[in-house]
Amino acid sequence: MTRFLIKRIALLVPVVFGIITATFLLMHATPGDPALTYLGNHPEPAAIAALHHQWGLDKPVTQQYLDFIGGLFTGDLGNSLFYNETIVKLISLKLPPTLMLMIMGSLFGIIFALPLAIWTAIRKDKFIDHLVSLLNAVILGMPIFFIGAMGILFLALKVQIFPVGGYGETNLQHLWSLVLPSLTIGLGLVPLLVRSLRTSVIESLDSEYVAFARSKGLKNRSVWLKYALRNGSISGISILGIQVGYLAGGSLVIENVFGIPGMGSFLMTGILNRDFPVIQGATLTFAMLVVLVYLLTDVSYALLDPRARFK
Amino acid sequence: MNAMNSGAMTSNVLEVEDLQIVARIAGRDYIAIDNISFSVAEGHARGLVGESGSGKSLTLRAIMGLLPANVRVTSGVIKFQGQDLLAEGGKYRKSVLGTGISMVFQEPSVALNPVMKIGKQITDSLMQHSDLNRKQARERAIDLMDQVGIREASKRVDDFPFQLSGGMKQRVMIAAALACGPELILCDEPTTALDVTIQAQIIELFKKLRSELKVSLLYVTHDIGVVAELCDAISVMYSGRIVEQADDINKVFSHPRHPYTKALLSAIPRIDGPIQRLKGLDNTGPSLTQRSQELAPPMTNVEPGWQIAPFEFADLDALWSASSHE
Amino acid sequence: MSTSLSLRPNILSRLRGFRVNNFRLYLGIFIIFVVVAMAVLASHLTKFDPISQDLLNTLQGGTAEHFLGTDNLGRDVWSRLLYGGRTDLFLASIAVLAPFVIGTVVGAICGYFSGWVDTLVMRIADVVVAFPFYVLVISLVFILGNGVGSIFIAISLVSWVAYARIVRAETMIVRSKEFIEAAQTGGISNQKIITRHVLPNVITQAIVYAMSDIVLNIGVIVTLSYFGLGIVPPTPDWGRMIAEGQQFLAGGYYALTILPALAVVITSLGLSFIGDGLAVALRVKR
Repeated sequence: MTRFLIKRIALLVPVVFGIITATFLLMHATPGDPALTYLGNHPEPAAIAALHHQWGLDKPVTQQYLDFIGGLFTGDLGNSLFYNETIVKLISLKLPPTLMLMIMGSLFGIIFALPLAIWTAIRKDKFIDHLVSLLNAVILGMPIFFIGAMGILFLALKVQIFPVGGYGETNLQHLWSLVLPSLTIGLGLVPLLVRSLRTSVIESLDSEYVAFARSKGLKNRSVWLKYALRNGSISGISILGIQVGYLAGGSLVIENVFGIPGMGSFLMTGILNRDFPVIQGATLTFAMLVVLVYLLTDVSYALLDPRARFK
Repeated sequence: MNAMNSGAMTSNVLEVEDLQIVARIAGRDYIAIDNISFSVAEGHARGLVGESGSGKSLTLRAIMGLLPANVRVTSGVIKFQGQDLLAEGGKYRKSVLGTGISMVFQEPSVALNPVMKIGKQITDSLMQHSDLNRKQARERAIDLMDQVGIREASKRVDDFPFQLSGGMKQRVMIAAALACGPELILCDEPTTALDVTIQAQIIELFKKLRSELKVSLLYVTHDIGVVAELCDAISVMYSGRIVEQADDINKVFSHPRHPYTKALLSAIPRIDGPIQRLKGLDNTGPSLTQRSQELAPPMTNVEPGWQIAPFEFADLDALWSASSHE
Repeated sequence: MSTSLSLRPNILSRLRGFRVNNFRLYLGIFIIFVVVAMAVLASHLTKFDPISQDLLNTLQGGTAEHFLGTDNLGRDVWSRLLYGGRTDLFLASIAVLAPFVIGTVVGAICGYFSGWVDTLVMRIADVVVAFPFYVLVISLVFILGNGVGSIFIAISLVSWVAYARIVRAETMIVRSKEFIEAAQTGGISNQKIITRHVLPNVITQAIVYAMSDIVLNIGVIVTLSYFGLGIVPPTPDWGRMIAEGQQFLAGGYYALTILPALAVVITSLGLSFIGDGLAVALRVKR
């Protein structure tokens, strides 16, 4: 297990390095001048030069790159142009709601998807299977902000169960205000999860070990729960892990629809304020988050599947 | 079923009568098992011999109700302890699976759940059929593992299948099949996937279980040597039909009547001669979709408890020319 | 079995096994045909300009004149739906082309030759997919500046990876097949083997994926314009329509939000059907 971990983390190094480089290139080597974008139309040349100096843009690109990496090692991602605060501090404030949203969103996703996957696998090619697959295609075609908007309309405005938006004051209010956004993300996740989960449950149900379980006289319920569900959810971990990109993108959109002060609205306000260091920091954080989840997925898969654990 | 039960001293655990199984392939129905009848007497073992593709495994799965979705029983009766397993949508069968009949599968490496501890797999049917608690079930699992010859059972009970060798996995499966004390165990080529030395050990184990537990066996194999060692009765299958069967295995072994049986017996490797192989045993006989779709003619009695299917001399020629090829 | 080369399966021979009762495929083609026809023939299907405002007739329900009503600026909703579809569909389909071509070529080369080029490209792919699609595209569109061109470049930079991975995996399978080995020993050039023997076998996977990729593109394009990025107003677009309509949801003007969303859903559904149908017809595993 330790060897597995070391190997897995070693594989991560080039990717992390690539992410850092890509983020740097995104901000520094693209056409357009952040100072121009920041100052708007027809700025004074002196003002541009001052900004370039302040941001270190007058140095050679290689030097900027080394400075950027050096800053990362010392935990310095620069300062926001808009808020008078370091990026690291801002991210530490904005990350918790996003993490919470992603976790609750995936929980809802699993809660919806797993029973549907098992049900459609058992009733393969029957009416319910076709119906679920049609509904999945419909949900897949809905932009996630629209699902969120409908959620607000029906569950916050019509039936006033949930708040329309915002994040509340207390921890309990935080949690409560995340329910509708998480439901939205969870619903969006359902088609992505059901398709792969259903396939893995079908494989499991068609397997020899399920035939053996049936030959022992186990009831359907035991076969479905102890065999199809157990084996299906182990592959479900990796199926969910693959979707972390969707989760992150979904929370970016949903935070802005519901006005939740997380990484997504942080990035979006950064864009509206033309706050380059914020955009850079937020993009980098999102990518690191994805890579971290990939790692966690592999590790938890190894923990759950005895074959991987003992290797 | 005519003469087979004649003068039955013992009653039959299992009776299969005129069983027909049809497989649907690419929208067409094909007869996979053609009106076969046989029985397993209490405490006895019947070997069901044939090449792969002859329908032996399908017969077992039909008894257990584990047929694939495109395969179905179209006619016939399968009786366990005199009661029809197929009646009422298999309701009676559900009640005897595990407790009355159990099955040992061919490939222990795929038939055991890879993510479940072996102890749990041995006793999960027992847990369902009795009111044992977890601790008692665990004790029982260890007892059963001892019984099937797994050493240091108390240490291995929490192992996962991948931690065991093939032979040990097969013992685990046998232990699971024994857990609820069944009267009949169906064996689907249980030694085919194993090394030769391990095969011999598993055969010994089955012999021991037969003498100690008086359990009846329906033993499917393509290895007629195993049948000679383990079984009292034999049914020879070819291409979805039974071509010869006898309640006394020695009769068939000393005077085989059907040319296919003769060919099968001559294919046993002998120490004193060159290895002879029947061509039909290397290949798999006609594939399902190429078989004759005519119904099989009824079998005739050689004497009570010994039957053969009618055959033409053309068949005989074909088989012998095939065997002399190599 | 005259030569092993003749065993090479190609798209044509797979299409010959086309299932006639592939209902999903035909339904999908029908839906997309209708949607595309409406977008193309927009100017014949409405007499209203999608961007001309009529501040005296705002937020009307269906009337004889405006049969789907008007929005908050008095613009005809039907006309905006048609022209908005033109914008989104055109952009989403065009944006699929570059990633399709780049990804397929890169994937085939990586899968066929392996080696350090393959390793390098796949590590780059790992880096690209580490960025969530929406995060990367939104950041890129901001950096490159609003406009259709930026959307196009941003999507192309991200989406090639999926095609490259799919085609690479398929190529590696095909490469080990007999007919490729036969071609190699027969002295046929690598370039010819890739274009004549490998690509025809692996491209079906990419084609099937392209259908879901267009759905993905429509999603990101309308999301961008929902947030006021990418497509610049007053160009009509479904995402912008939903965003503007949403302000009037509480007032009970549901149609302004639901109609453009319905257009997105129907279009995506049609494309999904085509994708599923093609997967069945071309016997592609999904």
